[in-house]
Amino acid sequence: MSTVLKSTETAIQRREALARGAKQQFERMIEIRTIEAVVNDLFAAGSIHGTTHLCVGQEALDVGIALALRPTDMVTATYRSHGIALALGMTPLEVMGEIMGKDVGCTDGVGGSMHLCDMSVGLLPTFAIVGAGYPVAAGAALAFQTLGQDSVALAMAGDGSTNIGAFHESLNLAAIWKLPVIFVVDNNVYGEYSRIDTTTPIEDLYLRAASFDIPGIVVDGMDVTAVEAVVRQAADRARRCEGPTLIEAKTYRFSGHSRADQAPYRPVGELESWQQRDPIKLMSEKLVNEGVLTSDQVLQITESTRESISELVAGLEALPEPEYSAMFNNVWTTEKVT
Amino acid sequence: MKMRMREAIVSALADEMRSDPTVILLGEDIAGAGGPFKTSDGLLDEFGPMRVRDTPISEMGFTGAAVGASALGLRPVVEIMFMEFLGVALDQLVTEAAKFRYLSAGQISCPLVVRASIGAGLGFGSQHSQTLENWVTSTPGLKVVTVSSPQSAYDLMRSAIRDPDPVIVLEPRVLYADRSEVETGDHRIGKLGVAHLAQIGEDLTIVAMGQTVNIAVRGTQQAGVSADIIDLRTLAPWDRETVFNSVKKTGRLVVIEEAPESGGWGSQIVSAVTENQFRDLKSPTVRITTPNVPVPYGKKLESKFLPSPDEVAHTLSEFLETGNVPAPWWVREGYVQ
Ligand SMILES: Cc1ncc(C[n+]2csc(CCOP(=O)(O)OP(=O)(O)O)c2C)c(N)n1
Ligand SMILES: [Mg+2]
Repeated sequence: MSTVLKSTETAIQRREALARGAKQQFERMIEIRTIEAVVNDLFAAGSIHGTTHLCVGQEALDVGIALALRPTDMVTATYRSHGIALALGMTPLEVMGEIMGKDVGCTDGVGGSMHLCDMSVGLLPTFAIVGAGYPVAAGAALAFQTLGQDSVALAMAGDGSTNIGAFHESLNLAAIWKLPVIFVVDNNVYGEYSRIDTTTPIEDLYLRAASFDIPGIVVDGMDVTAVEAVVRQAADRARRCEGPTLIEAKTYRFSGHSRADQAPYRPVGELESWQQRDPIKLMSEKLVNEGVLTSDQVLQITESTRESISELVAGLEALPEPEYSAMFNNVWTTEKVT
Repeated sequence: MKMRMREAIVSALADEMRSDPTVILLGEDIAGAGGPFKTSDGLLDEFGPMRVRDTPISEMGFTGAAVGASALGLRPVVEIMFMEFLGVALDQLVTEAAKFRYLSAGQISCPLVVRASIGAGLGFGSQHSQTLENWVTSTPGLKVVTVSSPQSAYDLMRSAIRDPDPVIVLEPRVLYADRSEVETGDHRIGKLGVAHLAQIGEDLTIVAMGQTVNIAVRGTQQAGVSADIIDLRTLAPWDRETVFNSVKKTGRLVVIEEAPESGGWGSQIVSAVTENQFRDLKSPTVRITTPNVPVPYGKKLESKFLPSPDEVAHTLSEFLETGNVPAPWWVREGYVQ
């Protein structure tokens, strides 16, 4: 196997690296953005069949969440999870390998773009059914509470998912049982091709916490540090056995919903105005202003990330598709059941 | 006129909406965007937002609303984008709508249609590629149909909307882009529960449905086998007469299903035929299915997973030669004992 098809770091090491500082966080955001660009190109060219959902514009939310949690905490996420997977520490190899359907992927290539998982850094298999992650996160929290562990669960899903029954049932359960769970609604303004105002009577979704008598917090999802702070606060509260929190992160979906969508329904100028608040642009400006990085270093990070991801993708492209036996693994246990 | 299957669906919906002002459409992104699979393209413009409604992501809510509306004078057509999403709405269909007539001593009808896209072949992975017809076929009170071509989509959609009972219309997603001649008009409306003889032959009877109809046609051509191919079309209630008549003639039954072997719809066809026609059969019955695994992602794995013309041809040739039921590929190739 070529050297690019081996990770030099484990997922857990990559997770720990984030805590080292703003530069590492910025690099991770660049890595996510770069991978999404490559994924977009591969699907557009038809090199990968099926569909994909990009998280471009939401990198700060992903990295902020990863920073605030411990690797033993558990996250449920959606079909739009390349970013959170990488932020939590999953390696580009296991993420890209999975998206490209190769057996070096995190689920040996049988899951694909919508299904990423790595329990070593707390990512439960991501959910392609809207809302399905909320009750599962509540259940993970139920396990932590019952087993007396001080871990927390965090469910992240989109604005559109707050209109499905599972959202309300899960928040209610979590509230009455004071479960150590955090619900993060990524309000990126759109659910598929519908703007939030056409599907939802309120645009400030943190307000929904009131009916469960739990804290509802709104945060700028374009700001890593702000996200980290509110998630940490909610996690501390959960670890103190004080119950769940609903966090609404204001973001914007820079891409279309999925592979085929060019987002023609967006009002003129809306994307451009949000691009002014591009989380990567904001962070690089901040780091340059604070003297953490020079503009040259920013360019260099961008360039070297692009190179290493291209090399990885070339290596992956050369791999054959998995053996047929892959589809038969892990359907049921292979342990002896007595 | 030549149409893609998705256009045939639009056309059927439009014709029903023109002829009956109580027909309304509900679903996610079906109005403004014309449907995620463009199966309601242009209908908002023609019929307006009262009759073509975008919904929030609330399948239980809008499927249930369709149940209530159907009990009180509307004929709602609900779109469930992927069959899996019906999971969160099943109660309203299986436990409510299916029982309304029964539990009202016939006072209430629910002339409701739930359309759902089904099946594998496009790389959508294991949570967006199942057929799951057995979720709804074991519920008396529901009718279940599966379309297999632009023409059958047009005919069955119009017939389903006219039917006084709740009907689930399953649409193999991989066929939306298929294009062929479609005859439109009121004369295409018929009774549900009638199978279609897609091909006439001598040596065996193949029962297929949805995307396996084309696979059966190609498989028999490849193997040079002369077979009746029955497109079952309606799974509940299914057309025993057509199947029995064909088996009487050929003496051999093969069912081709896009569903796991375990619990697949073919079992009931096979059991009815063996119970009723044991002495007409020259050989044991055969089911060609998918293996008992979730739908895998990559193209290579997904194509192998689906019943293919190659697998059908292989099975039919060996079956006719030996009179025995050939082992499926996953047993032959040693993946499953
Ligand atoms: C139960 C269910 N209904 C519908 C869908 C189809 N679907 C997938 S993503 C999506 C939009 C979700 O919007 P949102 O929750 O805002 O998340 P975003 O995609 O913006 O991240 C829809 C309707 C689904 N996967 N599951
Ligand atoms: Mg959204």
